[in-house]
Amino acid sequence: MAMNGKGYLDASTLPVKEFDGIIIGGGGSGLMSSLQLAQSGMNTAVVSKVFPTRSHTVSAQGGITCAIASADPNDDWRWHMYDTVKGSDFIGDQDSIEYMCQEGPATVFELENMGLPFSRTEEGKIYQRAFGGQSKDFGKGGQAERTCAAADRTGHALLHTLYQANVKAGTNFLSEWFAIDLVLNADNQVTGVIAFEIESGEAFFLKAKATVLATGGAGRIYKSTTNALINTGDGTGMALRAGLAVQDMEMWQFHPTGIHGAGTLVTEGCRGEGGYLVNKDGERFMERYAPNAKDLASRDVVARSMMLEIIEGRGCGPEADHCFLKLDHLGADLLHKRLPGITELSRTFAHVDPAEQPIPVVPTCHYAMGGIPTNVHGQVITQQSDGSDSIVGGLYAAGEAACVSVHGGNRLGGNSLLDLVVFGRSAGMHIEESFKNGIDIKDPTKDDVNNALKNINKVNASSEGENSSKIKKDLQETMQLSFGVFRTEENMEKGIKVLDEIRSRTENIHLADKSSRFNTARVEALELLNLLEVAEATAISAYERKESRGAHSRDDFPERDDENWLKHSIYFKESKEVTKRDVNFRPKLVQAFQPFARTY
Amino acid sequence: MNTIAVEQITTLKMSIYRYDPDTGNKPFMQDIDIDIPKDKDIMVLDALQLAKEKDSSISFRRSCREGVCGSDGMNINGKNGLGCITPLSEVVRKNKLELRPLPGLPVVKDLIVDMTQFIDQYKKIRPYLIADKESDSTAIPQTIEDREKLDGLYECILCGCCSTACPSFWWNPDKFLGPAALLQAYRFIADSRDTAREERLDQLEDAFSVFRCHGIMNCVSVCPKGLNPTKAINEIKKMLVKRAL
Repeated sequence: MAMNGKGYLDASTLPVKEFDGIIIGGGGSGLMSSLQLAQSGMNTAVVSKVFPTRSHTVSAQGGITCAIASADPNDDWRWHMYDTVKGSDFIGDQDSIEYMCQEGPATVFELENMGLPFSRTEEGKIYQRAFGGQSKDFGKGGQAERTCAAADRTGHALLHTLYQANVKAGTNFLSEWFAIDLVLNADNQVTGVIAFEIESGEAFFLKAKATVLATGGAGRIYKSTTNALINTGDGTGMALRAGLAVQDMEMWQFHPTGIHGAGTLVTEGCRGEGGYLVNKDGERFMERYAPNAKDLASRDVVARSMMLEIIEGRGCGPEADHCFLKLDHLGADLLHKRLPGITELSRTFAHVDPAEQPIPVVPTCHYAMGGIPTNVHGQVITQQSDGSDSIVGGLYAAGEAACVSVHGGNRLGGNSLLDLVVFGRSAGMHIEESFKNGIDIKDPTKDDVNNALKNINKVNASSEGENSSKIKKDLQETMQLSFGVFRTEENMEKGIKVLDEIRSRTENIHLADKSSRFNTARVEALELLNLLEVAEATAISAYERKESRGAHSRDDFPERDDENWLKHSIYFKESKEVTKRDVNFRPKLVQAFQPFARTY
Repeated sequence: MNTIAVEQITTLKMSIYRYDPDTGNKPFMQDIDIDIPKDKDIMVLDALQLAKEKDSSISFRRSCREGVCGSDGMNINGKNGLGCITPLSEVVRKNKLELRPLPGLPVVKDLIVDMTQFIDQYKKIRPYLIADKESDSTAIPQTIEDREKLDGLYECILCGCCSTACPSFWWNPDKFLGPAALLQAYRFIADSRDTAREERLDQLEDAFSVFRCHGIMNCVSVCPKGLNPTKAINEIKKMLVKRAL
């Protein structure tokens, strides 16, 4: 039934569409899951609020990190695993990291076979470039070149290739459909989702025995972000409202090189190709902070170093509020061949030609290491009151929305694309297997469905209150001020208080336009509900993690505290409390890597 | 955007195409004045967002806001382009900005067009690699030179600016594949890894699929990624002619 005026949606008249599996999100992880399922002949649908190739995976630039041994025939997935564990500041789950690094090469070759136009080496192999935090021989063999690249448009090439493979496989797309809330049954199993077709405004219960949340990131909780406007944490919001746990939400990556003012991303591949950062004196300051890796230290380290330069008055520009990324010494030829997209973006958004002038850059919100906790099969995990893990029946998550925890406290560049494809596929494989063995999920009652309609009915029925756009701006401003690169207790307390006020205002959100057809105001109002859940989870988790680790840096607790915090943080919406969860130190094929002081 | 002090503001006169078939009203142009910063060259999409803050019912697509996702193709003061990477300074004349949906496709609402026909044409060219290869966990080798043949082709973002600027596509949107689909057809024909070149050419041999292109080159002039569909189409035509001789 089309939503119109203040019309109320009710389970007794809501149309139902039934599938074996539904995948919410048409980015890299969603399309990898759907490909797996379409090839197995299951009745599946990809529910995406944008046409799939508009998903944010398209913006990934530098590459996909994986030990395929093109650049170095002796490269080893165990070295990649070591780097990833160290990069995570030791709260990445080592079973997951092992799985990703070991499964990676087969997946990358599969993508190449599907048609992904990787750049090539002289020998006709897939081109790999250096990225931050990469080493050979467990940190002892110097800088590695492990990131497989299609120029600086790897995400675009990957997403289009996956979309094309899905076209070939006959995947069923529900393009421009917005998923609102999960439908849980009496056993707290997920039985599908309430969604509406944006074009017609018609709402449905999409019923399925397996639902995959592949909804991507939520960078739009910050004012300045590299993320697309659609990155509003819809899956994370849905999971929180369904009473499920989220994990490590305080861990937000600030990418060192967002274009100053615009926030658009400039790939770490620029530094991988030989570019470097300078302060207002032209000093290559990373030599001071990371004498070995220099500009290719981990992102958290580089972002903090840049912020310190700015805070200490060595920033560039009239406001001394950014740094410069120098690429001109690389020559126009190399820029044209390896970094054509960056050249284009710099001209458009910074009005500079990187072959001639440096690019003004500043650390910018980029990636959520945290998210919905899962195991390596993508099955969503929640925490029982006694602190034990339990699997949420019928629900999977993959990609940035998930926290299988391969990134822990800090993600290495190029690991997000690998995470997407490896765990998107593993979720698909597990669903396929489960169907073979038979899935037993109880049907939801009418009340269960009506529960999932509460939010949309409230928004549709609103007759007075505030417009969502102003509330969203205030939320983004608050997160930027209080939960940025450096965090202080006082600021965080203030931020949490403001978010509390924002929650009250959001309760009274007013949807002025009640029309059915392609009503983007309705979409934006619902997105705000998700942004708020993610922002509050971030704020409270950040306040509670009383140490500095990975991307989470506090002035009152400047040291890493392994005794108390070598743990995941777990947050629930209802209680607004943070508990701890053990980090996995049980890889299957190698000895676990034990924590040590992290320097680059 | 930061809050701006009053003296730095100027007014932009926007005129936006509005249409919601559900209302039964005819399409109309809505005039809306917005305040924009004087010293900063914002993008058309930024201006549109400011207009939406005034009237939340204005509908348009947008996602990446950096010119790579292809959502916000629209007709800007008479020329197709992406709102997010078109600075006002490039298009605004006499302080006026007129925004209309991409021409030639059915309008769903306001600036949103129905892309079905456009995507259907894309799907027709079998936009995926066809290669006879066992899956054995190795890459198909490709030389640097062969890979370079894909540059200028694979970067297409499917925004639709080119096909909807093409008179041949307007006349025969079902039979002429249009510049976007043909650019991708050539992307796979040119890929050294693809083993279905002849079948792909067979599919394009009729009088319409490719040959309705008359080299008008509107596609080249509007492509926001600087790609050249006409050149790709000519390459296909050459291959077809050579084959026929």
